[in-house]
Formats: sequence, structure tokens, C-alpha cells
Amino acid sequence: MSAPAERRMIFKHIDEEGYSNDIDCYLKNGGYEILKKAVTQKPEDIRDEVKKSGLRGRGGAGFSCGLKWSFVDRKSGKPIYLVVNADESEPGTFKDRYIIHQDPHQLIEGTMISCFANDVKQAYIYIRGEFPEGARILEQAIQEARDKGFVGKNILGTDYSCDMFIHRGAGAYICGEETGLIESLEGKRANPRIKPPYFPAVLGLYQCPTIVNNVETLCHVKHILEMGADEYLKIGTPNNTGTRIFCVSGHVKKPGYYEYACGEITMGQLLYDVCGGPLDGREFKAVIPGGSSAKVLRFGEKFTLKNKDGSTRELGVEDIPLDFDTLAACGTMGGSGGVIVMDDSVNMVEALANINAFYAHESCGQCTPCREGSLWMKKITSRMVHGEAREEDGELMKSVADQIAGRTICAFGEACSWPTQSFVLKFGDEFKSYQDDKQKASAGKLELV
Amino acid sequence: MIQPAKPELVTVNIDGQEVEVPKGINVIEAARMVGVDVPHYCYHPKLTIAGNCRMCLIELGMPAVDRATREPIMDEATGKQKINWIPRPQIGCGTNVSPGMHIKTQSDMVKECREGVMEFLLINHPLDCPICDQAGECKLQEQATGYGRGYSRFIEQKNVKPKRTQLGPRVVLDDERCVLCSRCIRFSQEVAKDDVLGFVDRGSYSTLTCYPGKELANNYSLNTVDICPVGALTSTDFRFKMRVWFLKQTNSIDTESSVGANTVVWSREGVIYRITPRQNDEVNDTWMADSGRILYKQVQSDDRLLPAGSLADNLAAASALLKDGGVAVVGSGRSSVEEQFFTARIAKQLEAKSCIVARHGEGDGILVSADRNPNTRGALVTGLITGLPATELTELAADIDAGAVKTVLVVGEDLTAAGLSADQLAKVNIVYLGFHANATSAAAKVSIAGLTVFEKSGTYINQQFRLQKFASAVPGLAGATDDRVVLAQLLAAVGGETTGSDLASVWSALSREISVLDGLAYAQLPDTGLLLDSTAWSGLAFPEGETLHYQPATAEATA
Ligand SMILES: Cc1cc2nc3c(=O)[nH]c(=O)nc-3n(C[C@H](O)[C@H](O)[C@H](O)COP(=O)(O)O)c2cc1C
Ligand code: SF4
Ligand code: SF4
Ligand code: FES
Repeated sequence: MSAPAERRMIFKHIDEEGYSNDIDCYLKNGGYEILKKAVTQKPEDIRDEVKKSGLRGRGGAGFSCGLKWSFVDRKSGKPIYLVVNADESEPGTFKDRYIIHQDPHQLIEGTMISCFANDVKQAYIYIRGEFPEGARILEQAIQEARDKGFVGKNILGTDYSCDMFIHRGAGAYICGEETGLIESLEGKRANPRIKPPYFPAVLGLYQCPTIVNNVETLCHVKHILEMGADEYLKIGTPNNTGTRIFCVSGHVKKPGYYEYACGEITMGQLLYDVCGGPLDGREFKAVIPGGSSAKVLRFGEKFTLKNKDGSTRELGVEDIPLDFDTLAACGTMGGSGGVIVMDDSVNMVEALANINAFYAHESCGQCTPCREGSLWMKKITSRMVHGEAREEDGELMKSVADQIAGRTICAFGEACSWPTQSFVLKFGDEFKSYQDDKQKASAGKLELV
Repeated sequence: MIQPAKPELVTVNIDGQEVEVPKGINVIEAARMVGVDVPHYCYHPKLTIAGNCRMCLIELGMPAVDRATREPIMDEATGKQKINWIPRPQIGCGTNVSPGMHIKTQSDMVKECREGVMEFLLINHPLDCPICDQAGECKLQEQATGYGRGYSRFIEQKNVKPKRTQLGPRVVLDDERCVLCSRCIRFSQEVAKDDVLGFVDRGSYSTLTCYPGKELANNYSLNTVDICPVGALTSTDFRFKMRVWFLKQTNSIDTESSVGANTVVWSREGVIYRITPRQNDEVNDTWMADSGRILYKQVQSDDRLLPAGSLADNLAAASALLKDGGVAVVGSGRSSVEEQFFTARIAKQLEAKSCIVARHGEGDGILVSADRNPNTRGALVTGLITGLPATELTELAADIDAGAVKTVLVVGEDLTAAGLSADQLAKVNIVYLGFHANATSAAAKVSIAGLTVFEKSGTYINQQFRLQKFASAVPGLAGATDDRVVLAQLLAAVGGETTGSDLASVWSALSREISVLDGLAYAQLPDTGLLLDSTAWSGLAFPEGETLHYQPATAEATA
């Protein structure tokens, strides 16, 4: 079975010949028509439409967008803020940047529709510090949109006003976590907040109700309104609607970004048919399906999943349809859509050493388990790859990870422990025999951060 | 005496026990009320919740209800309402009790969580307890023993951080010992209102520091040392002086202003080593000013008045002068209620005018008020004065100039600091009683050495009209006599009614003679004091502004 055709919705104009990121080009292609339509509707009708569409967040957790919006405290009398999460920092993820660089008005339109739907008077785009060009492009795009009356005072001649500002991060992964992001936006250190009580929908930015959505999620809102929730629902599979962008990196012939209807393509189709399979003479060994914090999948492992009728089915890694629910049922997640592929040339201890170094560097340091555990795991894998591996290191590291996950302030605790837990669980032998293996074959050197 | 309102109670289940606790308190406090210890580092009852140490993780369950009907879901096996346990542990500090809440503090999961956190806190800790000043009152030591695994699985290099950073004039920081609980940061922001501390770097390399160009120099800086759960913050004054387990603790009162912060005086073999705040939620919470902590130095200060002559001779000489007539009495707002009571009685016996010297400063809005006498209210209550005192004794000066005064009985004060000239002092006989030597004691005909607050016992009445007791922490200076005893004997010597000078006897007289003290006895006074009926003095314009737990009556009236 060959892969279905790519369905480019969000990425429709990415890399399109002659398409530019200025407003004239966007308008020529029907831009801002949906916003024009939206401002004539009732905000709650738009919210209902989004809820009905089944849209799930594309930032990582896959949480229902409509549900998130329904949590917003609309009775507090305080202003409601909307923050676009453009911190895209999850290793292996490179989708939001293309939207920002090549089609910024799509984001602005989706955001303004969402703002109107939620009675937001002030929106922020929080963009990671490493995207200076993206920030510049967005700045210009917002100004263009403001000049044309799509952003700012009395949008499209109505009495609805909402301005939009860019805020640049300073280069920390934790600023992508929504409450850390809010702290950073307030000018503080991005220490994630405790929930309860600081649920953004109630006590977010400046202690006001706040919506934080990923760049891609907000773009989907525009398309939902364009085609209507009923049509949108037809894309993808039940509870996994719309398209997903997969950012494939690592050991495939054609890495890159691909957009498919959610759940309509399997891992095997994506990697073999779309990405051209493994490099010559190599074999796939492992794949991380949703950004580096998702649990790794080992080629060859089997998953037994329950069907609705109570019967079961068995899936190999290649058979997993790339949606939210099946990946979750297989013990991992769709996450940010960053698909990281590793072939048989990769030593899993060394791969984990790289991941652990990242998380130890990015923990905000607030809560004990994550702060101490992430660096401890890094120190262990570092020591292992620098020649002093012990047989028990894998298990020790896994028990360290077990002491982190589920016990921290924010989901970074899981993000930093899931790689270790899954690597050791699925490639335990490699951890046990690392010292011997390394002596036998002087494996590829890995530069550690 | 004002009774606090009874809080609303909710029933929760802690480790299988159904208990009633006040609504809205958190799980740590609820457990504490029923004698269950939930270990913690970052939580402090007087600061906002940070939830960062994760030591207080507990298991939490709520009674199950049907989503549609809101009917309780019953457990067939037990016949009771089913409990939905949250699969993940929750922080006790950040979880407030609600009706029917179930809490497990002793489950395997909770134990494992605590072991995990303890292990994490120790892997990069320098383990330099033998040379650490916190030993004996270190939460890390205590909880490692109580909740840790007792061995280490860590074989890597430990992190290295700055060991001796002087954060300010009184506080030293050892970053390697810091558990990054942020208590000191929150205290600086929320209580001291001096936002100077923060973390730099991230992850396990996070390091506490002062903001560039700032220092931790405010008058509350030493509270950070008190609340630091480990030996990261230590007091420049106290560090390396004494192991805390050798020290005796005595309850006392901060005498630097009318706030009357409750304190503990730490001493060994007659020597005081430090003063720390004692919790009183109506007065000072768990805080006190740095300036009040060094007052113990007056015990061994160079300007102490040294005893000369026998007490009997001194009393005879004093009473001879006093009985000769033309007496004025200058009492003190620093004297205890008991001492003021005797001073007032002496004045009455001799038909002398009496006054005290007011001492004003700027109030800091926290725990140092504008009235720098600890016991102005006591002088009012005992009748030593009838109106607010002045800083300058102009009336006395005029009386001396007019030749109306022959002898002045001075308790503790220096008349030259209260506006009298050396000439005026020279015109009268002075009988002085006090613990420090000054121009007045030097000019005195009779001077009797008294004791500091740390060497005697008694009561003060603070700005709220709260009667608070203090106890002697160390024996008095050899040859000096308790001021209360001296005054009682002086009263007898000038022909006044003799009352026993011991506290019980004094209090039976006080409760008999002073209506707002009716029915009170020293021994029965609670450690956190007793609010007196102050209506008799409500018309006075006291100088205090607002401080912690104190709103001046005038401010209320004008607000
Ligand atoms: C450690 C951590 C890092 C995250 N980084 C990002 C990020 O870079 N971009 C993003 O959109 N969401 C990120 N998230 C998810 C956000 O917290 C939040 O769930 C998301 O922005 C919500 O948007 P969505 O509902 O539209 O997906 C991160 C979460 C965690 C725990
Ligand atoms: S889990 Fe890690 S990143 Fe999140 S708050 Fe705790 S220390 Fe910071
Ligand atoms: S110095 Fe002490 S109080 Fe401050 S963060 Fe460190 S451990 Fe906590
Ligand atoms: S006491 Fe530190 S997390 Fe609760």
C-alpha cells in the first residue's frame, strides 16, 4: 500500500513558487476573507464551530482547542489575553517557523479570528529568541495588517479592537511551556507556575484569563471557519481531525516536512513511501514520533491495541497510523509532530546522551526532581560515552527518571524522563553492554553539549 | 479580651482518620493539626506557595459523584462513598482541604516520592555538616534521617558553586548548601518589600544571588537566615559561635519599639548568643527586625552602670533625699509594667509629678514603629502618666529653674538627652536607677545599678494594648539588683504601702488596683499575650503609623 496523497492545508503555500510573505500576496490568494466573515458572526458561534471541529492543539499535548477556550473565565471582568506560542523549541520540530517565515498572514488571520471569538483585546506572539528573522517578518506583517485594518483599532470598521505584539524570548526551551511563557512575557524568569491555582484560563498573563495556543493550532482555526466544522471533521479520523504536519529528520533519504490528514498515513508509509526509506545499506532502528520528549519506538516491537468492539489488533511500528490516539495507545505521543529517525548506525546510549544533555541544560531548575534528576541522567550518559560505563547505569538512570515523571511542577518532568525511560526499557541490552561494544568497535564520536 | 471568630470546619480523611479541620487551610496544616508531619522545605506558612521542593507530595482522593446526577457513587464492598484517588501525587502545600477530601501521607507512593526528593537534594549537596552552622536545626539533616534512603547511588562529580558570598552586612550565603526553595526570595519580596534576591543560571546550576549592584542589607535580612531550611544562609554575627543544641531558649520581647515583637533569647552559661523571632500571629508572625537582634549586646556593653556600694546603703541615701520633699519622678517607657507600677506609687507617695521620656523614630511599616519605647501603654495603664509623653522634659526644666524641685528620681533615662542642661542637673539631687551609665548617672547623688531586659522578668504593653510577658534569660550582673525589687524597696523606704516584690505579689496588687488588669495573674498570661481593654485611652493620638497587624485608631477614623 502506497502512501495517500499529501494534503496541504496549513502548508498550502509553503515553498510555492512566486508566493511571498507580504500582505499583497496574501490578499491576492483570498487572504483575510475569513476574518471579514468572522467579525459578522457571533463570537460564541465561532467558538462552537471550533469545538465541533474537534481541533486538537498542535503544540504538543494535543488538547482539545474548543475545550480549552471553554475554560476561559469570561465573568471575571478582567481582560482576556491570547498568546501565540511560537517558541518552537522541541528538538525535531520545524513547522511553525515555515508558517512564520513564508505565510505569516495566515497566522495573523487565524489569531485575529480566535481573538474575536474569545473577546480578546490584546494578543501577543511569543517567539523564540533564535528566530530573529521570524520576529522581523512577523513585525512587518502585523504592521501591514494593522495598516489595512485587520489588526488594531476598529477592525474592518467594526467596533471590535484588538492589537497584537511580538515578544521575543531569550533562548530557553522552558519558555515554550505555557505558564513559563507567561512568566517570561511578564518580564520574569520563565519558571512555570503551579496548577492549581494558576490555570492560564483563569489566572494567566497578569493574573487575567489567558489562552495560549500553538502557531499551527491557530492557523487551523482559519480553515475550520473557511470550510465549516462539518467539512473539517471529514479530514482525518474521529477525534483526530484535520491535518498534521510531520517534521521528519534523521536517517531517511528525504527528510523534510509533510502534511497529511491526521491518521490517514502510517509510520511505515511516511518513512518508506514519503521519505524514501532508510539510507542505502542501513536499516531503521528506532523512531521518536513527536519531538524528542516523546517515548521512542523500536522497530520490531509490537503493540496490541483494543478495538471498539472489544477485539484486539496487533501493530508493528510501521503500521501505526499517525494520529493522536493510536500513538498514545502505543505508549508514546504525536506531540509536536517532530519525527526523529534513527538507523542501525546509531548507538542508543549515545543518542540518549545527546537528549539528556539537552534536557539537563533546559530544566528551569525550580523543582527538585527535574532540576537534579535531569542533570544526574546527563552526567550518567556523559560518563558512559566517555569511557566509564557500568552495566547497571541504564537501570539506575531509569529509576532516576521514575523519580521525576509525574512529580514536578510542569510537564518538562515527563519530557526529560520519557526518553530515558523508553530508551532503557526498549534498548536495555545496549546500555548493559555499552562498554564492551565500544571497545569492540570504536563507534562514532559524539560531541556533547 | 477579644476572641477570634470560630472558623468553619470541614471533615477530611487523613490516613484513614476522619478529622475536622478549618476550611481552606492546606494539607500540610491540616495534617499538622492532627499530629501528622508532612515534610516540606519551600512551604512557609507566612509566605506565598511556591510548590518547588516537592517534598510534601501526598496522595489525594475525592469522593466519587455521578457526573450527570451529582449523586454519590457508592462502593458496594464497603457501603461507603467511593473515593477517586488521583493517580499522581499532589503537593500538600498547594492543596487546600475541601469537604470529604481523602489524604494519604504514609502510602508507599508517598514514601517513594520523599525518598526520591531526598536523594535528589543530597546528590549535589556538599555534605559539610560537621562544619555547618545549621547542624542541629537543619531540615535537610532531619528529613534525610526521617525520610531518606540512608545511602547514595550517586557516583558522579558534584556541582561546584560559590561557598562564601557575603549577601549583605549580616548574611552569608553558601550556594552549595542551598536547596533552591526560594523562601528567602519570597520573604524579601513579600515581607521586607526589598526585592534583591534571585536565581541566576538554570537547572541544577541555578544559583542564588543578589541582583547586580544590590545587597541584602535591609533591616529584616536576618529573617532569611531563620527561614532558610538549610545552612545556606547564616548570620555573620552568630555563625561559628556556638552549636545550637547547647543553647537555652527563653521567651522574650523585642524592646526597640512599641510593636513588641515576640522573641526567643538563646543563651548558654549566662551568655547570650542570639535572638530570633518567636511566632505570634497577632503581632509579628514569625519575623523580627535585625536591629532588635543585637540588643543582647547591651548585657555586656562597656557603658553598663557598675554597682557601687551596698543596696541597703544606697536605698537609705536615696530615701533620705526623696523624703526631704520637692521631688520629681522621671520614669521610663522602657521599664516593665511592674516597675512602672512601683514608680507611679513612689511618685504618689511623695506627691511628686511623674513623667516619662518619649522616644520617636520613623516607623518602617513592618515591625519597628514610630514609638521607640516598648511600654508607653504600660505607663498609661499604671498611671505613671496620664497623657502622651513628650521627648523633651520642658516642664521639669522649668520647675528646676523655678527652684520648685530639689530631687529628681530618674529611672533609666538620661535627662540631658531629654533636653535638660548640665547646669539644671547640677541644681538638683539625682537618684538614678538603671543599667547603663550616662550623664545623669554620672551627676547622680545616688546611683543604683539595675538590669537589662534579658536579666529580669516582667511584662510590657505594646501598641495594640497587648500585655506580653518576658522572662529572664541570663543571671543579672553581679551586685546589680532587679529594678522591680529596687523600686519596691524604695517605695517601702519612703513610707509607701509594702507589697512583696515577687511577680505573683506584684500582680495581685496590679489586678486589684488597675481595672483593665482585673483578674489577671502573671503566671497565667499566655505566651502570645493578652489584648487589654484600651477604650480609656482611645482619644489619644499615638504616634504609631501602620505596622504588621496594627492599624492606628486615628488612621481608621480618618480613612
Ligand atoms: C517543556 C515544554 C515545552 C513546550 N514547548 C512548546 C513550544 O515550543 N511550542 C508550543 O507550541 N508548545 C509548547 N509546549 C506546550 C505548551 O505548554 C502548550 O501546551 C501549548 O502551547 C498549547 O497550545 P496548543 O493547545 O495549541 O497545542 C511545551 C510544553 C512543555 C511542557
Ligand atoms: S519540571 Fe523542570 S522545567 Fe518544569 S518547573 Fe520543574 S524544574 Fe522547571
Ligand atoms: S538560600 Fe536557603 S532559603 Fe534561600 S533558596 Fe536557598 S535554601 Fe532556600
Ligand atoms: S512544601 Fe515544597 S512543594 Fe510543597
